[in-house]
Amino acid sequence: MSALPPYASPLQRTWFYTFRLLCGLIFFFLIFPILVILPLSFNAQDFFTFTKEMLALDPAGYSFKHYHDFFTNPDWQQALTNSVLIAPVATLLATSFGTLAAIGLSQSHVPFKSAIMAILISPMIVPLIISAAGMYFFYSRIGLQGTYWGVVLAHAALGTPFVIITVTATLVGFDRSLVRAAASMGANPVTTFFKVQMPLIVPGVVSGALFAFITSFDEVVVVLFLGSAGQKTLPWQMFTGLREQISPTILAVASLMVAISIVLLTVLEFLRRRSERLRGMTPG
Amino acid sequence: MSNTANAEMLTTQDGKPLKAALSRALFREKMRSLMLIAPLLIFVLLTFVAPIVDMLWRSVENKIVSDTLPETVVVLQEWDPATGEAPDEAAYEALYNDLKIAVAEKTHTRLGSRLNYEKSGISSLFRKTGRRIKRMDEAGPFKEQFLEADGKWGDVEVWQVLKQLSPRFTGGYFLNAVDAEQTPEGIQMKPDEDRIYLFLFGRTLFLSIMITISCLLLGYPIAFLLASLPLRSSNLLMILVLLPFWTSLLVRTSAWKVLLQQQGVINDFLVWIGLISDANRLVMINNQTGTIIAMTHILLPFMILPLYSVMKTISPSYVRAAKSLGANDWIAFWRVYFPQSVPGIGAGAVLVFILSIGYYITPELVGGTSGIFISNRIAYHISSSLNWGLAAALGTLLLVAVLVLFVVYDKIVGIDNVKLG
Repeated sequence: MSALPPYASPLQRTWFYTFRLLCGLIFFFLIFPILVILPLSFNAQDFFTFTKEMLALDPAGYSFKHYHDFFTNPDWQQALTNSVLIAPVATLLATSFGTLAAIGLSQSHVPFKSAIMAILISPMIVPLIISAAGMYFFYSRIGLQGTYWGVVLAHAALGTPFVIITVTATLVGFDRSLVRAAASMGANPVTTFFKVQMPLIVPGVVSGALFAFITSFDEVVVVLFLGSAGQKTLPWQMFTGLREQISPTILAVASLMVAISIVLLTVLEFLRRRSERLRGMTPG
Repeated sequence: MSNTANAEMLTTQDGKPLKAALSRALFREKMRSLMLIAPLLIFVLLTFVAPIVDMLWRSVENKIVSDTLPETVVVLQEWDPATGEAPDEAAYEALYNDLKIAVAEKTHTRLGSRLNYEKSGISSLFRKTGRRIKRMDEAGPFKEQFLEADGKWGDVEVWQVLKQLSPRFTGGYFLNAVDAEQTPEGIQMKPDEDRIYLFLFGRTLFLSIMITISCLLLGYPIAFLLASLPLRSSNLLMILVLLPFWTSLLVRTSAWKVLLQQQGVINDFLVWIGLISDANRLVMINNQTGTIIAMTHILLPFMILPLYSVMKTISPSYVRAAKSLGANDWIAFWRVYFPQSVPGIGAGAVLVFILSIGYYITPELVGGTSGIFISNRIAYHISSSLNWGLAAALGTLLLVAVLVLFVVYDKIVGIDNVKLG
């Protein structure tokens, strides 16, 4: 299927191009909704569709007013601040606990490995609404409901499975004799960890951290239940905006978030290629 | 290395038996790995597993009646509702003593609203009685005074509800969650017009299957194309799959809200090319269509990625061999390629299905009333109706469904093989 051989019959030729067209349409379906909000976010009117001026590419049809609103509106700014305060702390917790555990899990003799793995991965499997419900009940019992730390702890728990998975994946290709070599030359376990093991698994740790970050940064269900007005994050503000008073500022926020995901995607892709190169796998 | 005292026993240099030394080393290694895992394990157990267990507990826990009306519960044990008569004076006296304390602590309204889930009208009965209780005569007779406060206290059904909920644990929430109820004649299905949850579970199942099928139909060709193209171009096209995957869920949901609205981009476009008239704009949002379209888009990458990783491992020489043996393109695909891609279909389909039956945000925003899932009902019971026990029971049922599916997923792919990005 990769290329059409010169001897292809007319039927094969037709199918080849039909298939390509079909795939093109599906790609369009995947990417169009994300791309369409970018121009719409510059709409000079408060509409959610293209105005005549916009279609005519008239500069008067475009403006930065929704972006201006986002950066001046106290609600949105408060939400942005909260997101920025919550996500990094949750990421830090998830990444440090997760990396240690992944190293522990990759040792050759771990008792109850599959049971432990099942527990550690469970935050990723259980539907968010159930996690949110359970956490709401439990955290209100112990007085964490509606507090900053309640949200941070919950987000950290949700992010750890991603760290475990990515770090474990890099550790699969890790050569154990390097640790033994370091030990035989007199390095203590802590030095070995920071000087030998850490530099090699850093790509896995960073991509795990990015996953944990995006989990917290995008998370809305848990924060909706666990947070109080003081923990209103960006996704929460978007959610209420979409449900109640739909305002075009949401499109500006959405466009900014698309920009963030493009940056994240680029970093991850770079890390993946670097790690594959280091491990002598297929060059990018 | 061998010791003179026992030639067969191997020892280490310092004379300890080798077996013991080895097992000690192994033990130390096990402990070291457990020490590394322990912080996260404790963290997850406290912040995540404990809440889930708490939820399971809440779905059967029923302390409120026995806590608020301890004396009444004891007296009621001897009362037989089958007689068809309200209990005697002793029960009313116990109720008076209990309610006096409850009113002082203001817990009687909470009990009232809890009992109201079982029989409507009890909430107001408790509130009304609560206001009157201070004026009642402590010497009795209590039955008369209660009946005077509200005639409902003579109703056998009210007492029946109280007796029914006296035990500290109840299966009532679960019965409620599957549209059944406990009646004096045993467990029965609720009348048709009161049944909502089974229907909602059914709809969640139906919509999830629809979403999984549409993800499969759209995802298979893409994964096939990506797996068959040379690495350089497939990496480039992969970005088109990964960008939606990485974009915030709310961004994608808002995009669909913008696109599907009646005054939205798609309707505008269809009117502009003249396919539909301005008066007959399509209703594509706040119904099941909206939910299916938006969720297919959101979950499609979760179908494509596992499919792609399986198809990547299918060697092209099998298809070539089939063709050289005389198979045409279709036969070669259907008999040789497709069976090898089935594990990918299984993995992707189970993953998408698991994710979609627990979805909350997208159905809430684009589903209207006809496109909502069971999760939306759970959220409603937590935040609006405050019937936490029922929310917990519904959540438990959903959790069991997901865990069963996950075991299937584990059999197909294995937890260790989950790959991201």
